Amino acid sequence: MIDREQVRKVAHLARLELSTAEEEMFTTQLNGILDYFEQLSELDVTNVEPTFRAIDASNITRQDVLETHSDREAILESAPDRDGEFFKVPQIIATD
Amino acid sequence: MTASAPAKTQYEAVIGLETHCQLNTNTKIFSPSSTKFGEPPNTLIDPVCMGLPGTLPVLNQAVLESSVKMGLALNCEIAPYSKFDRKQYFYPDLPKNYQISQFDLPIAEHGFLNIELYDKETGTATHKRIGVTRLHMEEDAGKLVHGGGERLSGSTYSLVDYNRAGVPLMEIVSEPDIRTGQEAAEYAQEIRRIVRYLGVGDGNMQEGSLRCDVNISVRPVGQKEFGTKVEIKNMNSFSAIQRAIEYEIERQIAAVEAGEKLVQETRLWEEGSQRTISMRKKEGASDYRYFPEPDLGPIEVSAAQLADWRSQLPELPAQKRQRYTTDLGLSVYDARVLTNDRATMEYFEAAIAAGASAKLAANWIMGDLSAYLNNNTDLSMGDLPLKPDSLAELIGLIEDRTISNAAAKNILQELLTQGGSAKAIVKRDGLGQISDTGALETAIDEVLIENPKELEQYRGGKTKLLGFFVGQVMKKTGGRADPKLTNQLVSKKLNG
Repeated sequence: MIDREQVRKVAHLARLELSTAEEEMFTTQLNGILDYFEQLSELDVTNVEPTFRAIDASNITRQDVLETHSDREAILESAPDRDGEFFKVPQIIATD
Repeated sequence: MTASAPAKTQYEAVIGLETHCQLNTNTKIFSPSSTKFGEPPNTLIDPVCMGLPGTLPVLNQAVLESSVKMGLALNCEIAPYSKFDRKQYFYPDLPKNYQISQFDLPIAEHGFLNIELYDKETGTATHKRIGVTRLHMEEDAGKLVHGGGERLSGSTYSLVDYNRAGVPLMEIVSEPDIRTGQEAAEYAQEIRRIVRYLGVGDGNMQEGSLRCDVNISVRPVGQKEFGTKVEIKNMNSFSAIQRAIEYEIERQIAAVEAGEKLVQETRLWEEGSQRTISMRKKEGASDYRYFPEPDLGPIEVSAAQLADWRSQLPELPAQKRQRYTTDLGLSVYDARVLTNDRATMEYFEAAIAAGASAKLAANWIMGDLSAYLNNNTDLSMGDLPLKPDSLAELIGLIEDRTISNAAAKNILQELLTQGGSAKAIVKRDGLGQISDTGALETAIDEVLIENPKELEQYRGGKTKLLGFFVGQVMKKTGGRADPKLTNQLVSKKLNG
């Protein structure tokens, strides 16, 4: 179960400002999702190692070879706001 | 009954360093964009480092290799199984809202670094072992430019350049074994020397490729518990690290003595005012909500791979300092200066490999060559026209007394600017030293005949005139007369 206080904390960490109605709504929705996953608890996993990945492959690396991305403009253009060649973001209010 | 004043409390500082070293790979840690410094904004971005949906990061093999080598150089255990994690925080320099880093299974752990502390007064060195807690791989963040004001506080918006986002970093965390500003500065310098010797980074503090954050607290000597920890940032030179720590130790002791409560906070070193200022208070532990990065597989460095990388490690600065003093007979100071910079060390070693005596090579490199480089700051030891084998040749000519020291200094000027062979110049200009007794005696006889008055005065007891006659012989031979032999011969003639 997730409560209103936890929703507020996660929202704060994600720098999201939620209205009281939104807090209520997200608490309900998140609990719905968690309840759904709760079904997994029915399984006995006592002797099963935690799985982090669906495919278990180690040491996947690439060579250090330069390849310049061809469409920088598209990346800049897909941002909510830009200023010339910079991305532009709203005033930053907290520093931690 | 005597009322003695209470003994003054002695304090000690407990210091740990977090060092970020940028690796000098061609491409970013998880994508093939360039890592070049100083390019126009957002020209080195790609869908992976920007965290666009549907993209997959893939680890750069060179990042792994460099990090393992650095781990080995820091005497760490290399993890047989290592993984990446997401560190979540929300700040505009981070395009994905998480940084790919390593949390509980870093690539290297449990190492140490032996630092050398040089005492200028006595010319001797002591050594201290600083524990290395861990070394892990992670990606750098982008760079913010604050609009509408110089500082963050006054700005109404910010501009972001993500060229640096995804640039590979090694974060090296020390144990809290450091006690003074000097130890901290020496530790950071030794890290930089190793990075440069390994050739895995440039360690340039001005460009931010080497960044040190300091954790520091003070406590009365003998107390086991740590005092309140303060983090200091924003030092961009080794001496700034030392001065920031020295300032902070005094500030913290003064606060404790005055009964003030220290707060756990981050402070910035201000170079202008030479003090630290409060930046932000920490509200409990940071909540980064680490979890395993599902897009990257684990790293399992095999024993064979590890052995191969270990075999590629060069002789490290500490080993060189040791060898230079014990095997080559150099002073602690000379060994430090010669090994401090990789290019200088390589020049020195090439010169002795070409046959120069270590002591003479050290003297010329640290004397005339360094002075020349100080006056020509666009040059470095590596691109001097005077090559190490030619310096060795010059030193050889002095040692076998073909030329005098004075003649060598003259030749050096031409060699430094134009390069070439010392032997060839000596031959061309007829600079060879005259060590032939017959030839010198002829010159001396002439000098005695030309200066009858002085000869009479000398024989009358004014023996100080010996120098005058030697000088005249030198003048007559264009400075090529072997000074030692000339002295002997003149003295013999005058007294004979």
